[in-house]
Amino acid sequence: MLSLDPAWPALALSLKVATWATLLNAVLGVAAGYALARARFPGRELCDALLTLPLVLPPTVLGYYLLVLVGRQGPLGAWLKDSFGVSLIFTWQGAVLAATVVAFPLVLKSARAAFESVEPQFEQAARVLGLGEWGVFFRVTLPLAWRGILAGLLLTFARALGEFGATLMVAGSIPGRTQTLSVAVYEAVQAGQDATANLLVAITSVTCVAVLLTVGRLAPGRVAPKAV
Amino acid sequence: MQFEVDISKTVGDSRRRFTLAVRFATRGPRTIVYGPSGAGKSMLLQVLAGLKRPDRGQLRFGDETLFDAARGIEVPARARRFGYVFQDYALFPQLSVRQNIAFGLSDGLRNPTAHVDHKAVNRWLAAFELDGVAAQKPHELSGGQRQRTALARALVNAPRALLLDEPFAALDPELRARMRHEMERLLDEVNIPMVMITHDPEDLRWFGADAIHLRDGALETPPPRPSVVVTPFERARG
Repeated sequence: MLSLDPAWPALALSLKVATWATLLNAVLGVAAGYALARARFPGRELCDALLTLPLVLPPTVLGYYLLVLVGRQGPLGAWLKDSFGVSLIFTWQGAVLAATVVAFPLVLKSARAAFESVEPQFEQAARVLGLGEWGVFFRVTLPLAWRGILAGLLLTFARALGEFGATLMVAGSIPGRTQTLSVAVYEAVQAGQDATANLLVAITSVTCVAVLLTVGRLAPGRVAPKAV
Repeated sequence: MQFEVDISKTVGDSRRRFTLAVRFATRGPRTIVYGPSGAGKSMLLQVLAGLKRPDRGQLRFGDETLFDAARGIEVPARARRFGYVFQDYALFPQLSVRQNIAFGLSDGLRNPTAHVDHKAVNRWLAAFELDGVAAQKPHELSGGQRQRTALARALVNAPRALLLDEPFAALDPELRARMRHEMERLLDEVNIPMVMITHDPEDLRWFGADAIHLRDGALETPPPRPSVVVTPFERARG
């Protein structure tokens, strides 16, 4: 007997969490990538290393950091509670926070590389033609870097979709509320519900392969056209 | 309108450093900055355009101060209203010829649409015989078409001066001669001051009424005339 009950809410939640994490990183990761690519300041590489940390830290360690930060006793958590009456622990928003932080380096790295591949001469040409810095960014830099950035955002989506460790630490595993796809897989295997586990695993795998194929189509070739 | 330049700028680190220190005023409407590569020509042109900030000194155009380190004046590149043609043209690769030419007409956050219809754009498309390729992207153009697109883009806003960075270097020799002719005609027509940098003695012969010789970041006394051969034909052309 197939017991699919936990599968669909978990998939819906995972998609929601991954979408939010991707949107947040589209702003935060792209901004940070641009800053690291263009700004000259001491400690730039250290900054890059610290921001890349989520890529190499065990997700459980990262989850623990986040718990310390946004838990009831944490500096950010206490402030959120006092100011807005909001607590992120054991909520789907907490899962978004975890997924965003875990996937952040993927956007950061691709955005930085994409921005660095834009020849500064195009930006200079825009400046002498009368554009301010916002105009230069939105009319020249971003259009020339978008392929690399989009590839990074798709990777972020895939990574966020599969997030497990940090999500479990911060959001827990409340079926229908904070139980994401990958957490549901774990629960299903623990409970011996092989059919559910198989379905969940198949959904996750297909989604991730589709994302990687899309990234593969975007990444090679002309990421940023050269000057002609 | 003339440029009065008295600036210095040092770049590089302790291992390799380069200093550009020049003081001159342009005389006529056409000025050639001539020198070998690495002499600081491009840096000088970028300083004139406001793309590089000198360490000290001042820069004036006509009676306007564009830069004065002591008084803290720096007119940003976008407000100087100079046309600038980059050595490899720096045409925006994602935009069509028409969009490239229209680029400077608005300083907003959106690029001109593919069908942008504007008097000045149409005028330059026609003047440079680019009508037929208006919808094409820069990589689909010939070298001469690219150069004319870059010129049209620089001229569409009626700039106060034209700054040219080795405008003929990217062309093959045959085309180069033709484009010099076209440039000559164009300069007569638009009638604004022009500063051209080049390492090609041919450019010097052609346009070099007032030449500034640059070497290792400093002005050089021009070599004695014999190195610049002026044929009777060209003398007659004036």
